Amino acid sequence: MAKSMGRVKGVNGNMVTVEFDSAIAKNEVGFIQVGDERLKGEVIRIRGNEAALQVFEMTGGVAVGDQVEFTSEMLSVELGPGLLQQIYDGLQNPLPELAAQCGFFLQRGVYLKPIPDNEWQFTPVAKKGDVLSAGDTFATVIEGLFTHQIMVPFDLVDGPWTVASIKKAGTYHVRDTICSVQNERGVKHDLSMVFTWPVKQAIKLYEERLRPTETLVTKIRTIDTFLPVAKGGTYCTPGPFGAGKTVLQHLTSRNADVDIVIIAACGERAGEVVEVLKEFPELIDPRTGRSLMERTIIICNTSSMPVASREASVYTAVTIAEYYRQMGLDILLLADSTSRWAQAMREMSGRLEEIPGEEAFPAYLESRIAEFYERAGKVRLKDGRTGSVTIGGTVSPAGGNFEEPVTQATLKVVGAFHGLSRERSDARKYPAIDPLTSWSKYSGVIDAKRVEEARSIVFAANEINQMMKVVGEEGTSVADYVTYQKGELVDAFYLQQNSFDPVDASVPVERQRYIFDRLYEMLQANLRFEEKSEVRAFFYQLRQNFLDWNNTAFLDDEFKAIEAKITDLIATKERRVG
Amino acid sequence: MQKIYSKIESIVGNVITVRASGVKNGELGLVSYKGGQSMANVIKLDDDVVSLQVFSGAQGISTGDQVRFLGVPMQVSYSDNLLGRVFDGTGSPRDNGPAMKTNLIEIGGPAVNPAKRIIPRNMIRTGLPMIDLFNTLVESQKLPIFSVSGEPYNELLARIAIQAEVDLIILGGMGLKYDDYLFFRDTLEESGAMSRTIMFIHTASDPTVECLLVPDMALAVAERFALDGKKVLVLLTDMTNFADAMKEMAITMDQVPSNRGYPGDLYSSLASRYEKAVDFEGAGSVTILGVTTMPGDDVTHPVPDNTGYITEGQYYLKGGRIEPFGSLSRLKQQVNAHTRDDHRALMDGMIKLYASYKESLEKRSMGFMMTEWDEKLLKYGDLFERKMMDLSVNIPLEAALDLGWEILADCFDPADTGLRTDLIRARWPKAIE
Repeated sequence: MAKSMGRVKGVNGNMVTVEFDSAIAKNEVGFIQVGDERLKGEVIRIRGNEAALQVFEMTGGVAVGDQVEFTSEMLSVELGPGLLQQIYDGLQNPLPELAAQCGFFLQRGVYLKPIPDNEWQFTPVAKKGDVLSAGDTFATVIEGLFTHQIMVPFDLVDGPWTVASIKKAGTYHVRDTICSVQNERGVKHDLSMVFTWPVKQAIKLYEERLRPTETLVTKIRTIDTFLPVAKGGTYCTPGPFGAGKTVLQHLTSRNADVDIVIIAACGERAGEVVEVLKEFPELIDPRTGRSLMERTIIICNTSSMPVASREASVYTAVTIAEYYRQMGLDILLLADSTSRWAQAMREMSGRLEEIPGEEAFPAYLESRIAEFYERAGKVRLKDGRTGSVTIGGTVSPAGGNFEEPVTQATLKVVGAFHGLSRERSDARKYPAIDPLTSWSKYSGVIDAKRVEEARSIVFAANEINQMMKVVGEEGTSVADYVTYQKGELVDAFYLQQNSFDPVDASVPVERQRYIFDRLYEMLQANLRFEEKSEVRAFFYQLRQNFLDWNNTAFLDDEFKAIEAKITDLIATKERRVG
Repeated sequence: MQKIYSKIESIVGNVITVRASGVKNGELGLVSYKGGQSMANVIKLDDDVVSLQVFSGAQGISTGDQVRFLGVPMQVSYSDNLLGRVFDGTGSPRDNGPAMKTNLIEIGGPAVNPAKRIIPRNMIRTGLPMIDLFNTLVESQKLPIFSVSGEPYNELLARIAIQAEVDLIILGGMGLKYDDYLFFRDTLEESGAMSRTIMFIHTASDPTVECLLVPDMALAVAERFALDGKKVLVLLTDMTNFADAMKEMAITMDQVPSNRGYPGDLYSSLASRYEKAVDFEGAGSVTILGVTTMPGDDVTHPVPDNTGYITEGQYYLKGGRIEPFGSLSRLKQQVNAHTRDDHRALMDGMIKLYASYKESLEKRSMGFMMTEWDEKLLKYGDLFERKMMDLSVNIPLEAALDLGWEILADCFDPADTGLRTDLIRARWPKAIE
């Protein structure tokens, strides 16, 4: 198909109307020639011979009559070895390389090669005469911690393809032709290690989608035990500003038990991304003993960067996640914040003069959010292995009120809801996940029945606390007061976690099981008290011991000593049976 | 020679349209009318219909008036000669000084590449204990002052302008009362701080469009000085007026409002200004302090709410004081470990005691008996409010820390304070039994 050309007819913010001459497709990419700059844009609406182009740059200087060149390609990302450790903007422009070329500022119209021009040690898996189809592996390279599979481009669907030639093992440039394939009709393709895929199209080259049943361990107690996330599942973290959404995501990105973490910093503060950029290369991943950066990809489109590429950035991130999933890996995608992404859609919708929905968000907000989260999933690949993409998104609701369109649309499609509350963060209770309103549909690392019992005590304690506010401590029975104190203990000892303490910051499953058992025994213990002051004194002491316990290394002498102290303390109040 | 267009097609609010060709988006136009001349900038192109927002407002513009396009976007002059000068939102002098026409730079330039940013590392001393000691301001930080109308936020900004240890102050005033503008000018002149200050002032009686330009003008100049190695502090007052000006423009342009009439891009528009705060590796820095008045003292109002998601903390100005509760400098942890060994401990300890004082106050107001401990707290709270929280206090951080110990020693026994023993041994100003 010949590439279409066009000319600018109108400019309204970052939406440019273009008159085109021959066929163009929706979501096709076009470039506007402004002086010697070329500005990238995406076709989002076509009417007659006019297309609305969402431009990924600032549109100052664009004039009516400027040339537009369409590419007949949809907005795509490059996939291949070398993606790990990269820092991209929303359009997969490598930011450090851009800085090397343009200095402090993001110069518009500069688009660099996303995949670095490296050479890789190449090992063929297929041989001449083998029959392959799209997504099949024909070679591997070692990319840091992983065996990166070089696959037949996902869009070569007119297979099966017969390998006509393939290079011998050796070192090749990432863009060298390393394999040629041919189909029955004689169509031939030369393959390199790199290919592209349109970001808004989910990659579906798998046998079947599986139910997400395996827990994704985050080493955060309140999540793993009470509000678990599953590999291949989805969850959201709404919260008002200052409640610690970003800190929680950073902790998760460090400790999560997955192969690769993709951080999509979407429309939030640049300073926060900088912390990740500077800290991750220094941090050691306990799973591998290597730098955390080696398993990380950062897609960074902060609040001051152009809005339209913010819209693209979450798709860029999820496409890269799906690509690595095709290699049988587990990927966690953290998007911060999906509200900013939704706002980008709202801005565009306004410029298109679409009829607005609630709070001026477009009517398709819900379906877009659903579409995005549905790209998560655990899948069985054609060769029998499984891979997964887990998506966790923060939501920044206006005024901290969850009754707004983005939060509500997100809640419909996620499997777990970690709602952060202003009350908890004001009281410095971190993580500020509200145990009363949050929920999860996934199974955790601890027996669900026991977790439910512990949870019911937290609920009961909250009710008693509400009542105490009215009737005072005097009007509360000793038994109720004990329940209240038990609930407070669960909160202080188990739900809260000190991310600055080297031991408490990340708690492995084994330790969670162990200490939960002790806590559970405590909750079940039949305690005898005469009066409330006695209850208070006992629980203060108990809580202090439990808290100290959280800061000691698992099963070392001090750990055991404190455990013995706790056991003794409980024994002093335990009612003997019989 | 540029072509002159002499038929204005429509005049709606401050926006006029003309039919013209070859015009670029964002370009400046000069409108000549009976009342004089005004600049205008192109905000929308639709085939040959060009929409311009007129800086001085469209009042008195007739359909037969002339528009000439200048071929350049909005620019501001940049040189050392700007120091001590006062300009309006379009960059014209307000102080009877000469107009600045040389060395022009574009406003609203591109964002800084996140890969070039560095982790903030230097504190900015302001001489105000409530900032330096309790919520340290850090170079490259962006912080709003959340307040309500009637609070002395402009007095606070003026004090910071006089006292802050930076090379350059740029003051952006939006919708200022004329009195407030005069107050700023006179106060800075009297204190001698004017010589390191540049002001871009839009007063409440000036045209709305000029209000929209103020932050961009101020920040473009600030950015350039920072690239030249200067430590710049930008003070913006009041960002709520700026947001309201945006609202007005958006409604004029028939944009669908999102929340309480504000346009859907409120967050992005605020963020692109605040995110100009940066520390350039090997050069200077831009730090932003902006006043955000909260209509009805409501922090969930769209302007403070969106601001809170953008900035790195906030100062609450309430009852003429910076409130220790609610105020937060998110970046203080980056610097307060390196100031003095007792800084963090004293900061936490004093605030905890102040919180207890508030509880005692509440108990007293409900008519409860005051214990000996309550009496100690009441004395402490009173001293703390008078000696630390008062906005007129101007002492260096070290003196503020010493003062903190003195106040503690005046009111408490060492063990009451909950501070670490080694610190108390080293710093307690009285003999310890």
